[in-house]
Amino acid sequence: MELFECILLLSLIVCAMSVAFTKDLLTSIIIFMSYSLIMCIIWMILQSPDLAITEAAVGAGVTSILFFLTLKKIRAIRKEDNGEQEER
Amino acid sequence: MIAMNVNLVQHLLLNIEETVSIVLFGIGFTILLLHRNLIKKIMGMNIMDTATYLFLAAKGYITGRAVPIVVDGIQDVEAYINPVPSGLVLTGIVVSVSTTALMLALTIRLYERYHSLDLDEILILAKEEEQT
Amino acid sequence: MSRKRDNYETSRWKKFKDWLDGEISPLDRGMEAREAFFVKEEVSAEPIRQETEGPELSGAGEEERRREVLRARGIRYFQRFYKVMSVALCLGIILVLLWTVASLPITGNAANPDNNEVAARYIERGLQETGAVNIVTGMILDYRAFDTFGESCVLFIGSCCVLVLLRLDSDSKNESIRKMIAESNDRHYEPKNDLILQKCACVLVPVIMIFGIYIVLNGHLSPGGGFSGGAVLGSGFILYLNAFGYEKMGKLFTEKLYKRTTLCALTFYCLAKSYSFFTGANHLESGIPLGTPGAILSSGLILPLNICVGLVVACTMYTFYTLFRKGGM
Repeated sequence: MELFECILLLSLIVCAMSVAFTKDLLTSIIIFMSYSLIMCIIWMILQSPDLAITEAAVGAGVTSILFFLTLKKIRAIRKEDNGEQEER
Repeated sequence: MIAMNVNLVQHLLLNIEETVSIVLFGIGFTILLLHRNLIKKIMGMNIMDTATYLFLAAKGYITGRAVPIVVDGIQDVEAYINPVPSGLVLTGIVVSVSTTALMLALTIRLYERYHSLDLDEILILAKEEEQT
Repeated sequence: MSRKRDNYETSRWKKFKDWLDGEISPLDRGMEAREAFFVKEEVSAEPIRQETEGPELSGAGEEERRREVLRARGIRYFQRFYKVMSVALCLGIILVLLWTVASLPITGNAANPDNNEVAARYIERGLQETGAVNIVTGMILDYRAFDTFGESCVLFIGSCCVLVLLRLDSDSKNESIRKMIAESNDRHYEPKNDLILQKCACVLVPVIMIFGIYIVLNGHLSPGGGFSGGAVLGSGFILYLNAFGYEKMGKLFTEKLYKRTTLCALTFYCLAKSYSFFTGANHLESGIPLGTPGAILSSGLILPLNICVGLVVACTMYTFYTLFRKGGM
């Protein structure tokens, strides 16, 4: 169990580092999602299932959906800009 | 000196959850400072949030004890872990979602106005606008 | 070449001195350089006006260009300095905090100072005083219910702020806003009536909804409660919306419903908690039966409060989604 926890904690650090170093925003959002899921397993190990269930629903679900939507909206605006420039 | 260092590292390894949460906090802080992209900054902030929650949850954990849900009417302090940090973190998670949503909404508005996600560019354009 | 080099050296020194004296900020310097970079039209219009006014146009233009190069160089140096300093700051913070962690008591030890009489009291008398089997729920919705009320209000205020920031009003007189509404109606960015998504949603949405309702209703018996259950419910709504579109969802969930639900839930929460604060901190005298611990209808006010919090959270999550997506309900 301890070994499992250590592996999970290590992968947390790896996930956080790769969020920092990925260039593509979409990839980093997906990595952030997996970071939240790993965090929720760790909370399960730390005997607090209330936190785990909340993190799984809120951190991995709703927060990442909001990030995705923001990215989508920004890309839509960028597409509009490019279209206008081409028209000119 | 060396003995002290060994002692220090040993202590850090015994407190592995806290150590990892501090490292995560540092990574989040670095992202917050070094990345110029606003969405990355918000992610760094979220990582800092979860690192703090991990620290609190680890503080409440007691080895060999169960989840604080009363089973079979056992109401002994020796049976359950500390419920106080769980309650605090539960509050924090939900508040962090609403702050994240607020920050993302602000980011969208900034992008609509300045057509950039780069904080430096936005600051420069905003200052320019102020002067004219 | 050598003259330019000299010139560069002196001016950089002067700039550095200016910066040290606090007369100019590096961002200001960068600002003008960036201005030339971004708003090319305006900058090119500017010299033409100068041309008509001032006689020495070529010299001034060259001077300006050289200054721009210097400014760009200055901002590059500043950025490098900033990066080095921030990495040093972060490493310093990590080291100090790690040192602190090294002198903290060892995790998982029952004798740690944070496992004090407060936690002991919650565990030993929680079941009798709140009636909730889940001690964490009993704590956050009974002993510390005022805190949770503030938190629900934070959620509500957060969704209001997002509403202010992202709302696109269809009644608006402004032409550009109406155009933005037409553009942000992004149904045309995605395939309509995706059969696979719809069939999956048909299977998944009822399961997700029932799971969410289960979590909310069993908050005092098992892990979970208003927050997590509300978030699950909200995600169920979001999946339904994604599969079937705004028209079908609009029949079920309108802005009016959102307002009424949130208002009613928050008001009920406030009134219920005010009542129990009024009758005394110890809820045994408030006249609300606690029931048998373990039954679904037990633990006094916790179940209705959980439902209230769940409704607020579900509505808020769904509102966040629609506001980010469309700018309205």
